[in-house]
Amino acid sequence: MNAPLFKFGLFNFDVSLIVAFVIGIGFGFALERGGFGNARILAAQFYFYNMRVLKVMFTAIVTAMLGIYYLSLFGLMDLSLVYISETFFLPQVVGGLILGVGFVIGGYCPGTSVVSFATGRLDGLVYILGVMAGIFIFGEIFPLIENFYYSTNMGSLTLPQYLDMSYGMIVFFVVLMALGAFAAAEWSEKKFASKNPEKSI
Amino acid sequence: MTTLVRKITHVFEKDAEKVEVKSQPYSNPYLVGVGLGLVLLAAFFVMGRGLGASGAFSTLITVGVDKIAPEHAINNNFFSEYLGDGTTNPLKDWLVFEVIGVLAGGFISGSLAGRVRKGIEKGPRVSSAKRLMYAFIGGGLMGIGAKLARGCTSGQALSGGALLNLGSWAFMMMVFAGGYAAAYFIRRQWI
Repeated sequence: MNAPLFKFGLFNFDVSLIVAFVIGIGFGFALERGGFGNARILAAQFYFYNMRVLKVMFTAIVTAMLGIYYLSLFGLMDLSLVYISETFFLPQVVGGLILGVGFVIGGYCPGTSVVSFATGRLDGLVYILGVMAGIFIFGEIFPLIENFYYSTNMGSLTLPQYLDMSYGMIVFFVVLMALGAFAAAEWSEKKFASKNPEKSI
Repeated sequence: MTTLVRKITHVFEKDAEKVEVKSQPYSNPYLVGVGLGLVLLAAFFVMGRGLGASGAFSTLITVGVDKIAPEHAINNNFFSEYLGDGTTNPLKDWLVFEVIGVLAGGFISGSLAGRVRKGIEKGPRVSSAKRLMYAFIGGGLMGIGAKLARGCTSGQALSGGALLNLGSWAFMMMVFAGGYAAAYFIRRQWI
C-alpha cells in the first residue's frame, strides 16, 4: 500500500475535507475521554497532582511515533511525503513560552477549549473568543514583528538529522524518556493526591 | 420558532438532569493516549499531515477581517496567507473541517458519559467573573503564542512531536516551562 494515501492521489481535496471531519471526531472524542474538556484537569498538570496531560500526550506521541517508524520501516508509508513544518527556532521558543503562560492562566489550549465548549462549559467558549482576539492582535502587529517571525530558520529539521543519530535510536530514547516521565507522574500524583480535582468531578 | 427554542432548551434541561444522576469518571489516560496516538497516526497515514486546532481559528478571523476590511486583509502578509489565492473559499480548509469534527466528537463522547453540562470550570476560591476574565486573557496569550510558534499543542507538540521535529520539541519544552513558571502566580484560580 502507498501511504500517505492522499499524496498518492487516492482521493481528491473535497473528499479530504470529509476525512478531516471524521479524524476530527476521533480527536475530539479522545480529548473528552481524557478529561481534557475540563480546565481543572488540564491546569492540575502544572500543580503536580493530576498528570493526565503528560500521560495522554506522551502516550499519544509515542504511539504515533512508533507507528510512523514501523510503517516506514516496512515500506508501507513514505515518511518523506509527510509534512514536517520548518523550524524557526527563536520565534518557536518565545511562542512556546507565551503559550505555556496562556495555558495555565486560561486553563485550555485551542483544541481542548473546543471540546470544553462542546460539553457545555462557558469558560471554554470565552477562551475560544480569547484565542480569536489573540490571533487578531497577532495579525494586526504582524508587520512589526515579521522580521522576528522569519528569523532563525533552520528548515525542515528532525531530531535524528540535527543530532546526527539514526531514526531508530532517537525513537528508542523518546520511549525511554516517556517511561521515565510516566514513573515520575505516578509518583507525583501519589505525593499530591489530596488536591486532585478528579475526585470531586 | 418559539417551539423550536423551547424544544432545544428542553433537551438541555433533560441533559442536565441526566448528568446529575450519573457522570462517569474519565478513562484511563494511557488508553486514551493510545487512542489519540492512533487518530494522529491515521492522519499521517491517510493525509500525510498531523492534527491541528489554532489554524482553524486563524482562518475564521481572516475571513472576518476580509469581510469588514478586504483591502486591509489583503495588504497584511499574515491575513493574506490564510485568504489563499482567491480561487477557493478560504473556509474550505482541512483544519476548519477537522475542528468541526472535534466539536462533534467531544459532544458525542461527553453525551455518552453523561458529562455534558452547563457550567464553568474553576477552583473553589475564585469567582465566575474572574475565571472568565482569566479564560479570555489566557486564550489571548495562547492565540499570540500559537501564531508565533506556527502551531499550538495539537499542531506542534503532538503532531510535530511524533514526527521528531526539532522545532516542535523545543516548543513543547518551552510550553511546560512557561506553564510551570506562571503556575505559582495564578494558583488561586485553580487550588
